[in-house]
Amino acid sequence: MDTANQSRRATRLSPRERQRRARTGTAPRSIPAPLLAPALLAVAFLVLPLAGLVIRAPWGRIPEILASSEALLALRLSLWTSTLATVISVLIGVPLAWVLSRTRFPGQAILRALVTLPLVLPPVVGGVALLLAFGRTGFIGRYLDEWFGLTIPFTPIAVVMAETFVAMPFLVVTVEGALRAADPGYEEAAATLGARRMTVFARVTLPLIAPSLAAGAVLCWARALGEFGATITFAGSLPGVTQTMPIAVYYALETDPDAAIALSLVLLAVSVAVLVALRDRWLRSGAGT
Amino acid sequence: MHRFPLVVAASGLIAVAMTGCSSTNSSAGSPSGSQPAALSSAAVTGPITVFAAASLTETFTEIAHQFEAANPGTTVTLSFAGSSALATQITSGAPADVFAAASAQTMQTVVDTGAATGSTTFATNVMEIAVPPANPGTVMQLSDLAKPGVKVAVCQDQVPCGAATGQVFANAQLAVRPVTLEPDVRSVLSKVTLGEVDAGVVYVTDVHSAGDKVTGVQIPADVNAATTYPITTLTDSGNATTAVAFANYVLSLQGQSLLSAAGFASP
Repeated sequence: MDTANQSRRATRLSPRERQRRARTGTAPRSIPAPLLAPALLAVAFLVLPLAGLVIRAPWGRIPEILASSEALLALRLSLWTSTLATVISVLIGVPLAWVLSRTRFPGQAILRALVTLPLVLPPVVGGVALLLAFGRTGFIGRYLDEWFGLTIPFTPIAVVMAETFVAMPFLVVTVEGALRAADPGYEEAAATLGARRMTVFARVTLPLIAPSLAAGAVLCWARALGEFGATITFAGSLPGVTQTMPIAVYYALETDPDAAIALSLVLLAVSVAVLVALRDRWLRSGAGT
Repeated sequence: MHRFPLVVAASGLIAVAMTGCSSTNSSAGSPSGSQPAALSSAAVTGPITVFAAASLTETFTEIAHQFEAANPGTTVTLSFAGSSALATQITSGAPADVFAAASAQTMQTVVDTGAATGSTTFATNVMEIAVPPANPGTVMQLSDLAKPGVKVAVCQDQVPCGAATGQVFANAQLAVRPVTLEPDVRSVLSKVTLGEVDAGVVYVTDVHSAGDKVTGVQIPADVNAATTYPITTLTDSGNATTAVAFANYVLSLQGQSLLSAAGFASP
């Protein structure tokens, strides 16, 4: 409101933020036609299919479909497995992100590439890989079966593993970026004041990156919720046990397209909610990662 | 517009003449005056896309090779999946020329939408249990599938192999609790060959094609279920002549002998 206050705040802006404001401030007022047409085409391409989903939706039947036992089973399974996958990703992914961002060791670049590989790997390949590692005849799964009588495929554990495999890298990448961007001055100050490294991590580092950690967790959860390829390959499909929402949508399309549309709408609504939750991060024009 | 009756009539005729199988619901259109397309081989050229049930994977791949060799200039693109998935794709406008399903019921869903006008049965198949060679679940007979602790993979209900499997369990009055419902019969077979399940219910022909990677456990004939394989050309085919020729090839002696070598029965 008062200019003194504003200018004081302005001086605290990071260089990147100042750059961003400069950029948006000089945005052109009119759009050249050669850019406008393809841009509109892109908008139509991305939005029209979703509109199709909404237009074709059997609104009258939706409550009945979603109340059906199969839909409820799939919804419940998807909710708890994706939440558990997110919790696991936070518990082991945040320490991994810390190691990747705060330490230096030989082969670190290769390690980073390896752990973020599932970001770009086709999920069905991830599922095959999980099956060959943790399946009953896999090189790890074989011993789980022999020593503990534990077989993972076709159980909800397999669903959680498949979801964690594809979703955790999203959290790791987000948190690692935040750790790199965080001002190390606070951590150093805490350390000089006698705080041990774990104390610094828990009391200084984590609060510093809390917004990014939350964003990474939401992103990870959304990815886990939408997981299909790795899940159907590694965990199979059995209603109530391993048949998650996306798999239920895929199967329903063959028997009851209305049900497939209704379930799709639920997933669409969740995605919109995720986008709203992350709006500060993604929807601000020019916001970086 | 006359493409269709011609297809049905031609394939039906050849089917009856060569293998004695019956043509199902041949719609109007008299065969007289329309020359069977298989005889005018000059027009048989160019690419076609064939959608076929997953259980036809090896056989149709071989039939397509032979068909291409017999008709230079033709290329056959094959797409294999669960029949119900293929039917959904076709009724949603997938560009296929020929559809071979593993059940008359699934074929009917396609005919009902007008994507095809009729079909001809070209083979039948029965179910068999496939177990890994080591037989970790010691599955020796059908009833062993209901034993606790035996991991069984079956097809989901809406694909033909799933429907037939359900029929077998109902006939034998068995309460089997499968660990997974797979989208097509080949997914069931691969779960068995990978050793991830103790048994899978597949077609006799799948056990045959898997060779020594699985062991077959027969299902008694009195409780076994059969499925029929109808083939049709599709109304929207852009290359109807070649599509008809392919369907006829499947029904011909060459096609039928390949099918029977793979373990399919004649209709």
